Amino acid sequence: MPRLAALFFALLLAVAAAAPARAVDDAVFAAALKGLAVEGFAEKTAAADALAATGDPRALPVLRAMAAGNLYVRKADDAPVLGERAGRDLALTDPVSGADLGTAASRDLTKITVNNVLRTALAAIIGRLEIADPDPARRRAAVESIARDSTPEAAGVLRAALEHEADPGVRTLMERALARMSLASPDAAVRLAAVESLAGGELSPQVRALVAPLAESDADARVRDAARDLVERIELRLMIVDITLNLFQGLSLGSVLLLAAIGLAITFGVMGVINMAHGEMIMLGAYTAFVVQEAFRAFLPDGVFGLYLIVSIPAAFLVAGAVGVALERGIIRFLYGRPLETLLATWGISLMLQQVVRSIFGAPNKEVANPAWMTGAWEALPGLVLTWNRVAIIVFALAVLAAVALALRYTAFGLQMRAVTQNRSMAAGMGIRTGWVDALTFGLGSGIAGVAGVALSQVGNVSPNLGQAYIVDSFMVVVFGGVGSLWGVLAGAMSLGIVNKILEPYAGAMLGKILVLVFIILFIQKRPRGLFALKGRAAEA
Amino acid sequence: MGPLTSRLLALESRRGWSVFCGLLLVAAVLVPVLHLATPPDSPLHVPAYMVSLLGKYLCFALLALSLDLVWGYAGALSLGHGAFFALGGYAMGMHLMRQIGERGVYGNAGLPDFMVFLNWKELPWYWWGFDGVLWTALMIVAVPAALAFVVGWFAFRSRITGVYFSIITQAMTFALMLAFFRNEMGFGGNNGLTDFKDILGYPLQSDATRVALYVASAVMLAAGYLVARFVVASKLGRVLMAIRDAESRVRFLGYDVTAAKLFVFTLSAVLAGIAGALYVPQVGIINPSEFSPAQSIEVAIWVAVGGRGTLFGAILGAFTVNGAKSVFTGLAPEVWLFFLGGLFILVTLFMPKGIVGLWGQLRAKIGEGVQNVAQKHRA
Amino acid sequence: MSMKALGLRGLALGGAFAAALTAGIAQAAEPIKIGVLHSLSGTMAISETTLKDTILMMVDDLNKKGGLLGRKVEAVVVDPASNWPLFAEKARELLQKEKVAAVFGCWTSVSRKSVLPVFEELNGMLFYPVQYEGEESSRNVFYTGAAPNQQAIPAVEYLMSPDGGEVKRWVLAGTDYVYPRTTNKILEAFLISKGVPKDDIMVNYTPFGHSDWQTIVADIKRFASAGKKTAVVSTINGDANVPFYKELANQGIKATDIPVVAFSVGEEELAGIDTSNLVGHLAAWNYFMSVDTAENDAFIKQWHAFIKDTKRVTNDPMEAHYIGFKMWTQAVQQAGTTDVDAVRQAMYGQKVRSPSGYDIVMNTNHHLSKPVMIGEIQADGQFEIVSKTDAAIKADAWSPFIPESAKLTADWTFPWVCGNCTEPKFAK
Repeated sequence: MPRLAALFFALLLAVAAAAPARAVDDAVFAAALKGLAVEGFAEKTAAADALAATGDPRALPVLRAMAAGNLYVRKADDAPVLGERAGRDLALTDPVSGADLGTAASRDLTKITVNNVLRTALAAIIGRLEIADPDPARRRAAVESIARDSTPEAAGVLRAALEHEADPGVRTLMERALARMSLASPDAAVRLAAVESLAGGELSPQVRALVAPLAESDADARVRDAARDLVERIELRLMIVDITLNLFQGLSLGSVLLLAAIGLAITFGVMGVINMAHGEMIMLGAYTAFVVQEAFRAFLPDGVFGLYLIVSIPAAFLVAGAVGVALERGIIRFLYGRPLETLLATWGISLMLQQVVRSIFGAPNKEVANPAWMTGAWEALPGLVLTWNRVAIIVFALAVLAAVALALRYTAFGLQMRAVTQNRSMAAGMGIRTGWVDALTFGLGSGIAGVAGVALSQVGNVSPNLGQAYIVDSFMVVVFGGVGSLWGVLAGAMSLGIVNKILEPYAGAMLGKILVLVFIILFIQKRPRGLFALKGRAAEA
Repeated sequence: MGPLTSRLLALESRRGWSVFCGLLLVAAVLVPVLHLATPPDSPLHVPAYMVSLLGKYLCFALLALSLDLVWGYAGALSLGHGAFFALGGYAMGMHLMRQIGERGVYGNAGLPDFMVFLNWKELPWYWWGFDGVLWTALMIVAVPAALAFVVGWFAFRSRITGVYFSIITQAMTFALMLAFFRNEMGFGGNNGLTDFKDILGYPLQSDATRVALYVASAVMLAAGYLVARFVVASKLGRVLMAIRDAESRVRFLGYDVTAAKLFVFTLSAVLAGIAGALYVPQVGIINPSEFSPAQSIEVAIWVAVGGRGTLFGAILGAFTVNGAKSVFTGLAPEVWLFFLGGLFILVTLFMPKGIVGLWGQLRAKIGEGVQNVAQKHRA
Repeated sequence: MSMKALGLRGLALGGAFAAALTAGIAQAAEPIKIGVLHSLSGTMAISETTLKDTILMMVDDLNKKGGLLGRKVEAVVVDPASNWPLFAEKARELLQKEKVAAVFGCWTSVSRKSVLPVFEELNGMLFYPVQYEGEESSRNVFYTGAAPNQQAIPAVEYLMSPDGGEVKRWVLAGTDYVYPRTTNKILEAFLISKGVPKDDIMVNYTPFGHSDWQTIVADIKRFASAGKKTAVVSTINGDANVPFYKELANQGIKATDIPVVAFSVGEEELAGIDTSNLVGHLAAWNYFMSVDTAENDAFIKQWHAFIKDTKRVTNDPMEAHYIGFKMWTQAVQQAGTTDVDAVRQAMYGQKVRSPSGYDIVMNTNHHLSKPVMIGEIQADGQFEIVSKTDAAIKADAWSPFIPESAKLTADWTFPWVCGNCTEPKFAK
């Protein structure tokens, strides 16, 4: 029954829609609106079509709300209402009169559910309504959503819109979309024009998929040749994109490894502490980011939320660094000269730190959101998608490395630190407080691990086990690069990352990793002190 | 009395032998008797779960012993000893899988269940021969030995020492773990090998078999201890300790450092493999998590807690740490990691020579005290 | 006072005394012990800690209502620390030392496989609350999670339907262990039986805890660019999901382009992810926190009161434990004892009204009949139910899509009395 009614209204309204964007009678609009509250997604699509066909300007906001999941039916009187989240409740608006209807709890409302298919259909309907929008960005989006369904109807809408379109960018977009739709035209000339038009556009795998059948078996030789040419060009482009992408992925994995390992390069590489609690310092950094994020959510306006990550970096450095200094003074300083025993003690520390975090924050994963400026991707070339968070991590990792290198090279503390690690008694003789330098060095290594944790929270899990995932890899990087050498860590991390990513497409993720490990084992046979070995007496100690 | 017997007898002092025999008697005779012959409500009764628990500890103790041989005496800390243990375990597990025969869920006598399930059509070649006891016994020893020989040969020849050696053994066990996780490898993937039915024809779930396995573990541990002691007391043992303390100097004196280390590393892998083989039928499962680096680090910790370079300490450490773990995970499931972590820290800070060393420390303290008292007396 | 009245009074007094005595005995009676065998540390603590709390909540509630058979119920919690052999050791400890009447525990298949021989040897009773690969029916285990036919197949059917977008091309992505392997095997057979060509199915396995998804997500995009509607069926396990979804979101894969349907991602997992970019990706379960029933409201309220945090979510394995615990208490009441053999008999046909709003029944193959629901991820970390079965579906212990297992029957009642037989043990 409701279905029949919807159909009836749809027919009625299709007639009424002859004149576009003209308000219709409230009763007619309200009836079309009620049609949306049917069971079944196909029925809802039909009802949305019908609502759009009224041509009433009030339809657009309703459809937008529906797509976003903000359209409800009030249980009390079965009236469709627009709802916006306001605290625990929803602020309601009447879609017919635009009147404010106060607030209601979500249990007094039934949501008009949408799913993926309906959302796609709604986007196309909204697209048709927005194709004449004054904002070119909206029109652009509208063309894209219309182009998704390649019905003759959609082609008609595009063609009609193309007539009035003035913006050249939107025009080409429309022409390409039309070209895509006319690849199946029975007229060879039209097909040829379509292929040629596409050849001027983006060389994406989607275009290749569309054109490939023509290159294979088009009846017309000219069309076939043009299509074949285009497919070849796309393939060449894709190959370049693939190689670049692979390199980027390798660099990005490498910089994750680099970040995880820089701190260890100091605590283990410079100080000789087999620091099994290194992973937990990374974890502390990630949890600091979580706490800062929650503080931002609770106390500061939404506008500055994106800055939480910036604030987290010094906070994590201080938290992990302070824990590091405390550990060094409390435990590790009694163990110098017994490197393998530091392994035992730091393993104990690592177990305890995990349990502390588990007791405070609970065992489940915590959500650390990517700030808006780090979500999404930069499409450098068609198909070459570089995600912002990865780009940010590469830049950040290199920046951290540079900062550490500069600090060691040019600050007084760096000088003292190098002096102490090279010749402790001489340094002490020169009046350097070696104990203090040790504590600060360990703190620096831990603090950098904490900073790494902030960055790693952007790509992975934040849980008490976070550190365990990085500890083995970190040691591999430091040893492979050469203990005690920052440049070794950089070279080690980047080469392991790239080798891993080059192997992965051929060998699979698991076998790729195994091969890398075997490679490390064999490499150490050749160069037992890693890529960048320290020379001389210190290397023997 | 042949020369070998007399050398064997000379391994321990008279007191040492009586302690050794006493402990062996308690472990291999008294515990089973108390389990089998006393009524369950008697205060002396050793319940069944205790027997299997102790059996597990005995295997861990043998593993710890094998690590102490290379770490405590040759100075090479292997962070991949769990790999040898697991390989021995897998060899045993494969034998037990073949013993299941038609009793698997799919009733296929030719293939283990997991292979039927993954559409394997025939048994891969590396499973051949595991039906036989002798071949299995050979593999339990040969596979860990071969791996240790190859890795050791590469490492010791290139004079890889200290942390570098630790890290490449860690890489070795990590790579093996990833490899065994792969279902394509034909070792049951993450689930590993399980659902065993019987060993040498005796059902694994029966009390008698469990006791027999327990006794076998105790005897193997004793034998392993004697072998290790024998090596340590021999000339080779003294060369090893010299290597531990100053490797280059020993090399310059003309000793073949590589050969000595390679021998002891391979021997140690064999002991670890045997420990693994005894472990698997007692716990009923072997899977790749035994290869995880954390597991191997833990073995090093048992040795350190007990006292490295004493052999006996390794055994003591394995029992102490695992016993503590069993107790705390039951008594304080939410906070037991604090106890365990705290234990490790306290041991390193206050007992650098482990529990065994504690005795010496105490004696020294008491000796000092006595001297002080004596001095006061004199004064 | 006549003799009669005196007698009556005496009788009444005696009765009261007897009543007081039995009450006294009931109070002094030993509590009934149950075991909780969930990892509270190590890698699996992320998921399993919540299940421990669920059982403690149920026990707490039962004791407030007077306990069971007039006795209190006491939960013995141990930590098997995500270490599979330790699971077996702890199971033995619970059964032999603590003498528990039933154990609620395990998450991973390997942990279940590890304790299975112990439960069979000592005739214990284990309630296993997680969706799993099937291909098992032990006399000593009750499986309260979904079997593949209660999760994977309905989800794929939905995506093949017009409502689901008529998907033609499939990526089966999973972690390399037995659950994804089995599910994918069953799904491949199912898809091929529906006429999907082999070229349109891509299977990919990754290691546990895989964290670098760049290559695989790029591969999926490439596979999906062939011009046919493509979906990803994900059996990616726990930890690896967070980086996987983050990569999906950042590479701009929208659910309207390539929907991902997952079988191991529930409310608890989503709580660790920012879902605003994942709206529309799907999951299939037997329960969602967003189910709109009075039973579910009560369940959520009880959970929030117990855990003292209104932000905590409920999920499918928690509901499975809820069902398992309720069924066990009902069966114990019916049997009048906690004896394992008697309770097992009483379990068959036991019915519980679950938070999902359906009557859940225990079958003689030790698996449940449960409804299947498909949900789409929302921006608030909840699921919106877009499809659900009309009635509860009975779990297949043995999948009909695997030739070797299609022959097998699991039925623990006469005349079969068997978990994996081709014919009944007892002729009629």
